[in-house]
Amino acid sequence: MTEIGSSDLGATPAKLPTSVRRQPGVARLWFYLLLLPPVLWLGLLIILPHIQLFILSLKEKVAPRVYTYGLDNYIGFFNEPLYWMTLLRTATISILATALTLVIAFPVAYYIAKMLRGRTKNLIFVLALLPFWVSELVRTLGWIMLLRETGIISNTLLSLGLIPERVELLGNDAAIITGLVYTSMLFMVVPLINSLDSLDDSLIEAAYDLGGKGVAILREIIIPHAMPGIVAGSIVVFMLTLGNIVTPAFLGGKNSIWFTDQIYQKFIVRFNWEQGSAFGFLLLITSSLVVWLGLKLTRQSLAKTIT
Amino acid sequence: MIPSIPRSSAAKFTYAAYIFVFFVYLFAPLIAVSVFAFNDSQFPSLPWRGFTLDWFLSSAGRTGVGRTGLFFDNGLMSSIGTSTKVAIIVTLISVTVGTTNAFLLERMNFRGRGILYVVMLWPLVIPGVILGVSILQFMSTIANGLEDFFNIRIDFMRPGLPLVIAGQFSFIATIATLIISARLRKFDIELEEAALNLGASHWMAIWTVTLPFLRPSMIGAGIISILMSFENFNTTLMLVGSDAPITIRVFTAMRDGVSPVINALSLVMMFAMATLAIGLMFTGGSKDQGK
Amino acid sequence: MNDTQIPDLETTDVVKNFGATVAVDQVNFEVKKGAFFSILGPSGCGKTTLMRMIAGFEGPSSGDILIRGSSVIDVPPNRRPVNMVFQHLALFPMMNVAKNIGYGLRRRGISGKEIDRAVDAVLERVGLPGMGPRKIDQLSGGQKQRIAIARCLILEPTLLLLDEPLGALDLKLREQMKIELKQLQAEIGTTFLYITHDQSEALVMSDQVAVMNHGRFEQVATPQELYYRPNTSFVAGFVGDANRWSGKVETVSGDELRLHGQGGVAIVATAVGGISVGMDVEIFVRPESVFISRAEAEIAEFDNKIEGAVDSLLFDGGRSSALISVAGDDRDISVALPQTGQFSNLQAGEKVYLGWQADQTRCFAANNVGS
Repeated sequence: MTEIGSSDLGATPAKLPTSVRRQPGVARLWFYLLLLPPVLWLGLLIILPHIQLFILSLKEKVAPRVYTYGLDNYIGFFNEPLYWMTLLRTATISILATALTLVIAFPVAYYIAKMLRGRTKNLIFVLALLPFWVSELVRTLGWIMLLRETGIISNTLLSLGLIPERVELLGNDAAIITGLVYTSMLFMVVPLINSLDSLDDSLIEAAYDLGGKGVAILREIIIPHAMPGIVAGSIVVFMLTLGNIVTPAFLGGKNSIWFTDQIYQKFIVRFNWEQGSAFGFLLLITSSLVVWLGLKLTRQSLAKTIT
Repeated sequence: MIPSIPRSSAAKFTYAAYIFVFFVYLFAPLIAVSVFAFNDSQFPSLPWRGFTLDWFLSSAGRTGVGRTGLFFDNGLMSSIGTSTKVAIIVTLISVTVGTTNAFLLERMNFRGRGILYVVMLWPLVIPGVILGVSILQFMSTIANGLEDFFNIRIDFMRPGLPLVIAGQFSFIATIATLIISARLRKFDIELEEAALNLGASHWMAIWTVTLPFLRPSMIGAGIISILMSFENFNTTLMLVGSDAPITIRVFTAMRDGVSPVINALSLVMMFAMATLAIGLMFTGGSKDQGK
Repeated sequence: MNDTQIPDLETTDVVKNFGATVAVDQVNFEVKKGAFFSILGPSGCGKTTLMRMIAGFEGPSSGDILIRGSSVIDVPPNRRPVNMVFQHLALFPMMNVAKNIGYGLRRRGISGKEIDRAVDAVLERVGLPGMGPRKIDQLSGGQKQRIAIARCLILEPTLLLLDEPLGALDLKLREQMKIELKQLQAEIGTTFLYITHDQSEALVMSDQVAVMNHGRFEQVATPQELYYRPNTSFVAGFVGDANRWSGKVETVSGDELRLHGQGGVAIVATAVGGISVGMDVEIFVRPESVFISRAEAEIAEFDNKIEGAVDSLLFDGGRSSALISVAGDDRDISVALPQTGQFSNLQAGEKVYLGWQADQTRCFAANNVGS
């Protein structure tokens, strides 16, 4: 009611306007006190480190302790096929895994949101979330137990006589995608359920009543309504997949290096921070670009998507 | 399509079967991990050689040759301790900052509020690895500078637990802020006015009315912080020093070849995490959860 | 006793501006000790702002507010001897009933035992003994209402402010609470300042009612006076139902004036305020002031007489009425039907005669017509 307007930097409490005829000086002090933690947090841990990361990525060592600035670290990336192929592969597999996660999760989310009611619904929902509170390493360990040559699937197939001898199922892209889809499932299912929950049953009934068939209802009613959830889920899943380390490291083979692993190698193993920073920035740009494109194409906003 | 619309029983069965297969897929890896924690074999794989609790309780390895169970493995136990320490500190700072942020975002009207809100969301869209390396090189650069020019050694800016805590806090704070802000947004300002009207000072009104209202979300944010801190790997990997938290220790162990002790550890972690997660559902804090 | 002369609440020329809009405009009034005073007005008329200024949640742009004769302009809300029952009651959901009621006393630093005693006593007084351990969400709407009042009463305020507290209740409970609230106020004797947009609440409960419109008080009077002798056309239109005509004054003699309403109905009316020949005016006649009859002879003695036909019957039990269409007026006249039974067989289309007295036909200058 009494918003004095945003021109007044000193805190005019937005919703507690009222009254609260405190001394203006005191209100201002409170405002700065409250502003301090986020400024320190975002300044020292997010903004400045990323600026510094960018500066570092432009640095080149010409002699011990002598540096110049230039784009060599980036040029080096594009000149070495191993590097850019890895990023390209990582991004491609991530998009593929995201799409697969969506296709697998959608019927499940729909079933929980629309087919189930009351206690059963809550129970199944909780059951679907439970595995994801377990560490990613543990989940990956599980897939190792299942997929490796001496693992459960190989042995089961053997004892059923479906294969002549044990097979190694680890160490290929299919194994990586299996693991990535599994790891990401929660972040797709939850936003999908949230968006489908808000779809009024009577809309589906009306469409049916007006002669709509299953596929038409899905295409014209359900998917448009669930779009915010689809976008939100896909964005989060893509980002997590692209930035994943554990799953590709354990489920992938020697030839399937993930881009995050390259960054790790540069920073921790080879101690080439300049090149590593350039790689980090390229990953950040790839990630932001795909997210931005996704948001633009579907006309959603980041704040709405995340929160 | 929905229960009120008739479908063929074949369609119903197919759909239900799909859901069943999905849940098998969901739980199969976890069951596999759990089962091999009890296999009486050096390797967590088939064939099944009988049931044993050695991987939890054996202390033979300590005194000579033989198995070392989880609870007698000093390395693993101490990294559980490290993780716990980190998680508690990260949680305390995150919930505190999340609460003050909620008041800042929901109660103050200032220029740049929208920008601040968007910047606060960034940590969630930056890959954890990048968060890690950016903090690593930033802090090292500062530490190097201080050392070169002033000859001061600042150990907490070098890889180690303080940096791990900073790295985890950098994105967990966002989640805590989102959860607590969402709750504060639902707070009816009339309640605080009522407290003032009944004679409370501003401080007392917030302390006796607003904070108790926020308590479920603070507990919820706290549990989520503990879970995320315990399980964080990507950021931690880049910032870790000599004291390894549990995820780093498991990572190293898995790279060296898996042992059933890791299965035993996984099972214990699963139970601990599931307990916390169920606790979270009871606080109701999860309803306000952002992501 | 001098004490009775000092009003519990007094405002002098209180003004509140929000930017360019004037929410409260030069309001002056007094509330006597022990009174049930209501401020009645449509939403957006400034009544909530006025109440919030009295509670201390807003500061007036100019003017003064005095409680028991001393200005409270510089007193923060938590130090004013005024307590408020909020629109949505604002009971603290995280505390039980006893903790809610004891909240104010705890802030005063009173010992636990004393608080317990006081809480029990006040619960008794509002007719809810033993409810202390209940949770807020276990209470019914009416009980919550009484707890919210008890939470204020325990502090023994000079003045109790009530901000449309019945608004959230369903119709039946609201009717019941109206009576309870009036009885409670009479019993405890605390001065009540009640704001509402519901005229029935104001009329039933209050000793004095102020009708507020566009930030100003249109009239402060007893409910009876407001109803029968409204001072402005806004009050006449807002309080109670009325048949309404507009027209130009043709002749004036004393208070009595004659004119033709729009459509050409001849009307004899009583002037309120200065009215002269040729002025545009608004005329109000209450449905129950109109006498209805099937025989022309029975309306002979009325100042205003007209014949018409029943257009439609609005049966509503004891509040049934009929809409009568008359020649020369495109709008129907609403007439309250006497409940003596003689009109129970009234049919649509039937011919009837209407009559009403000039002193129940109030005429206001048209320029001060409210929204």
